[in-house]
Amino acid sequence: MSAIVLDVQDLSVNFALHQREVKAVADLSFQLSEGETLAVVGESGSGKSQAFLAIMGLLARNGRATGRAIAGGTDLLALSRRELDKRRGRDIAMIFQDPMTSLNPSLKIRKQLAEVLIRHRGYSRERAATRVIEMLERVGIPEPAKRANAYPHELSGGMRQRVMIAMALLCEPKILIADEPTTALDVTVQAQILDLFQELTDDFGTALVLITHDLGVVAGIADRMMVMYAGRAVEKGTVDDLFYDPRHPYTFGLLHSTPHVEERGVRLAPIKGLPPSLEQLPPGCAFNPRCAFRFDRCLSERPLLIPRVRERLSACFYEGELKVETLVEDAAE
Amino acid sequence: MNAVDHTLLSVENLRKTFSIRGGFFRKPLTLTALDDVTFTVKTGETLGIVGESGCGKSTLGRCILQLLKPDDGKVLWLGQDLVGLRAEAMRLWRQDLQVIFQDPLASLNPRMTVGDIIADPLRALKPDLSRAERRARVIRMMEAVGLLPEMINRYPHEFSGGQAQRIGIARALITEPKLIVCDEPVSALDVSIQAQILNLLADLKDEFGLTLVFISHDLGVVRHVSDRIMVLYLGRIVEMAPGDALYAAPKHPYTRALLTAVPIADPKRARERTIEGLVGEVPSPINPPSGCHFRTRCPYAIDDCAKARPPLEPAGDERVVACIRWREIDEKGLAAATRATTGAGDVPSPEAELRLEEVQKPGFTPEDPRPDLL
Ligand SMILES: Nc1ncnc2c1ncn2[C@@H]1O[C@H](COP(=O)(O)OP(=O)(O)O)[C@@H](O)[C@H]1O
Ligand SMILES: Nc1ncnc2c1ncn2[C@@H]1O[C@H](COP(=O)(O)OP(=O)(O)O)[C@@H](O)[C@H]1O
Ligand code: SF4
Ligand SMILES: [Mg+2]
Ligand SMILES: [Mg+2]
Repeated sequence: MSAIVLDVQDLSVNFALHQREVKAVADLSFQLSEGETLAVVGESGSGKSQAFLAIMGLLARNGRATGRAIAGGTDLLALSRRELDKRRGRDIAMIFQDPMTSLNPSLKIRKQLAEVLIRHRGYSRERAATRVIEMLERVGIPEPAKRANAYPHELSGGMRQRVMIAMALLCEPKILIADEPTTALDVTVQAQILDLFQELTDDFGTALVLITHDLGVVAGIADRMMVMYAGRAVEKGTVDDLFYDPRHPYTFGLLHSTPHVEERGVRLAPIKGLPPSLEQLPPGCAFNPRCAFRFDRCLSERPLLIPRVRERLSACFYEGELKVETLVEDAAE
Repeated sequence: MNAVDHTLLSVENLRKTFSIRGGFFRKPLTLTALDDVTFTVKTGETLGIVGESGCGKSTLGRCILQLLKPDDGKVLWLGQDLVGLRAEAMRLWRQDLQVIFQDPLASLNPRMTVGDIIADPLRALKPDLSRAERRARVIRMMEAVGLLPEMINRYPHEFSGGQAQRIGIARALITEPKLIVCDEPVSALDVSIQAQILNLLADLKDEFGLTLVFISHDLGVVRHVSDRIMVLYLGRIVEMAPGDALYAAPKHPYTRALLTAVPIADPKRARERTIEGLVGEVPSPINPPSGCHFRTRCPYAIDDCAKARPPLEPAGDERVVACIRWREIDEKGLAAATRATTGAGDVPSPEAELRLEEVQKPGFTPEDPRPDLL
């Protein structure tokens, strides 16, 4: 067993709005081991980003996180902003869909990357400069010495994403959180970036959290996955278990909503309806209005995330077989 | 598919350039978005158009619809050239050709009710319809796309992305068009909603006997909906073939690379697969590589590839390919040469950084001046 680098217990995130409170993440628990890739999957608004922003101490001002997120022996949620600033980048780093959110548009690449090493790791200017070029080369930027003199806007989207990955890796974090890192990229460039992630986890033992809505991406590189719905994890397990034998109707529905490159015209069996508003969650299982397999109990009681087969956890009362025909019939009603 | 070939749309030698101001003291640059594009669309089929961003998919869609005027070439609709038709004459055909855009909310006027939005094309194209008739048609369309008729007086912001796309589809359908250009219609939607809209489009296609030109960067989606598929690279067709043939045996090196790069939602298959990886990114359309535009990223490129544009050759089974080496690659199973990661076309120049993200900002239409060029 590899060492656990992140242990999250009962993480909840609440946002205060005028009169009300919104629970964007509820009771999330998971562990991350050295060198593994955990995919976090779910539709927009399901709490994927907020959960990890909370762990990074990057929530908006009206947000508050409770629970524990233990990395390197300390609870990240209990640290002050100042302490977190210091650890951020060193223990844990995060990259985003739009690299421009992390890059300063008015500084040359060389300068902003070197700054990270000087500030966080006390490097001298010269040493930092050399290390920056090495890292740019490592992430596959051609002619790194030349590119380092560019401003972020002078680079293509794929190159910018590489620069951001280089920046995140400078302090050799144990955990890298990538929030939809390839969503804005073309497929050929996406393939390059995913390759790079694979090398990083293999060669450096970096643990990767990959937040994505693309099940194809998940199948290609993740070891385990966690499916989120309305702020909660509804199913967790190995990628193979969840793809070949999903036990939660939401996971099952997502899989049948995804068109395959390899077959044409097979009618999709989508999940009906829309994701709920967090402020008006239905009683019982939050998925029940869209679920083709629901029964009485689902309408009144909330299913807990409990062990099912093998290492898998599912939050669903239904114990029968999940059948595509049921999805199709239900959608036709 | 039909045994008789009913050509509905025939596009001939289409060319479209944009003039880009090159910054202070520099002369304007010419960006070639479409370079001699020729193809036909048959009645009742779905033609998919794929390619990476900036390769000219949307420009092609807009030239077909006459929302953009091509520099050169013909757009023959039932034999009649639409290019250069005066507004009056175009109106006759406008109802036949409709469009659905990517960003549903941005493409709907926020100050109009859903009913008015859907009825809008009718006002211009069928002005003699009575109010009651118009309303009846709107309600019929709302039902067809799965919107509750009682939503008729609501405003777009009250709708989710998927519902907004249904409104866009109803608006496109209301003139009873023969052809709809769908430009990334599901790209902004979550996967479960995307699947709902794809099923809806399939149903409507049958119900109304539609012909679709379906543009998407998502090869899984295009595969799902298309009978035939066109692959564009830097404004040129590199391969076009029936969907099954294209996916089973891609012949152009770019198609091959593109298809192996698409993630497969099947972990075991994904692990087994070898990816014919491509280096670099699409080069600048302002100054594309000579000869074959793809040569800077192509694992099979030889010196001759730089000399002349490869002609689009018939390659059997209704397929055309633009590569001078396709036979060799195909028959001899030529192995891709590995290339160093640096290539001339690898990193776009700052000019090339007039990137597509800008063009695709919500609300930006090609008719508008480019925000970054003002
Ligand atoms: N500052 C905020 N105030 C109130 N609600 C917020 C705030 N930030 C995010 N949320 C809500 O949190 C929920 C989860 O968002 P997020 O984690 O970004 O979803 P996703 O799964 O798409 O990444 C959303 O419904 C969003 O509206
Ligand atoms: N109005 C415009 N002015 C200048 N350049 C444009 C304009 N519209 C598109 N382009 C350029 O034309 C090329 C093709 O764009 P587009 O057809 O939108 O590509 P796609 O839809 O395949 O992503 C791109 O390089 C784009 O930047
Ligand atoms: S013509 Fe040459 S460069 Fe172009 S795709 Fe064929 S082999 Fe590659
Ligand atoms: Mg998010
Ligand atoms: Mg486009």
